[in-house]
Amino acid sequence: MVKSADLDPSVWVDRYGDYLFRYAMLRLRDRPAAEDMVQETFLAALKDRGAFSGNSSEATWLVGILKHKIADHYRRQSREAPLEGGDLGEHPDAGHFDGAGHWTAGPAEWGGNPADLYRQGEFLEQFRMCLSGLSPKHANAFTLREIEGLETAEICKVLGVSETNLWVILHRARALLRRCLEIRWFGTTAGKGS
Amino acid sequence: MLSCKDVTKLVSESMDHTLPLGKRIGVRLHLIICKFCARYERQLLLIRETVRRLAATVEAPGEPSGGTLSVEARERIRESIKNP
Repeated sequence: MVKSADLDPSVWVDRYGDYLFRYAMLRLRDRPAAEDMVQETFLAALKDRGAFSGNSSEATWLVGILKHKIADHYRRQSREAPLEGGDLGEHPDAGHFDGAGHWTAGPAEWGGNPADLYRQGEFLEQFRMCLSGLSPKHANAFTLREIEGLETAEICKVLGVSETNLWVILHRARALLRRCLEIRWFGTTAGKGS
Repeated sequence: MLSCKDVTKLVSESMDHTLPLGKRIGVRLHLIICKFCARYERQLLLIRETVRRLAATVEAPGEPSGGTLSVEARERIRESIKNP
């Protein structure tokens, strides 16, 4: 078991740098921001080295610090650009319903077996591209919900939005991802009639 | 009666909290008869599953997906640890 006295910061970058970077990159979708976050994490760890208990692995400890940094980043982003009602713009599915709210062009059949899709690196790359295409507000809310698995009440606190607003944001994020994947990966046109 | 537009919204909401019973039943009944909305739900669930797989892939040791630190960043971070 590693104790705080045994920590060796000189090997941190080689041992954990890329791992922490990938972790941050998935959540921030911005290379310079992710790299800064890794640096901040190591510096905070260095300063706080005495607090390392050895109850968790070095990697887990570092990721814990990184998680806090990422949450701070989300808080900062939503403080700097709070969500306005009009900010939401038109819903991505809006043009696909008639006046009565029925599909005029329904979702296309994606086909294939979902389990096979995950094994395709290319599919995950396309997914990543689609996620990067979301606005920070939508992407941050989606990430906290689906990657971190936080309950909506906690996400509301981080992002400073009401629960009702959050449901709207999450639906938009999912709808945008769905459309993006439909176009990028499945390359299909929307199904006709019902 | 719930419209398809209502149902797509509620399908997403149901992934974030438990819908009131009346709405839950309305959505389920609609999904039985509407293939587009049923497909929409399947695809949103597929997206949820995909992002979880993606996170698991990124976090799996020794299976790099999602890139590495740039050479400059690596050097800069190494220096900053040496001389904090």
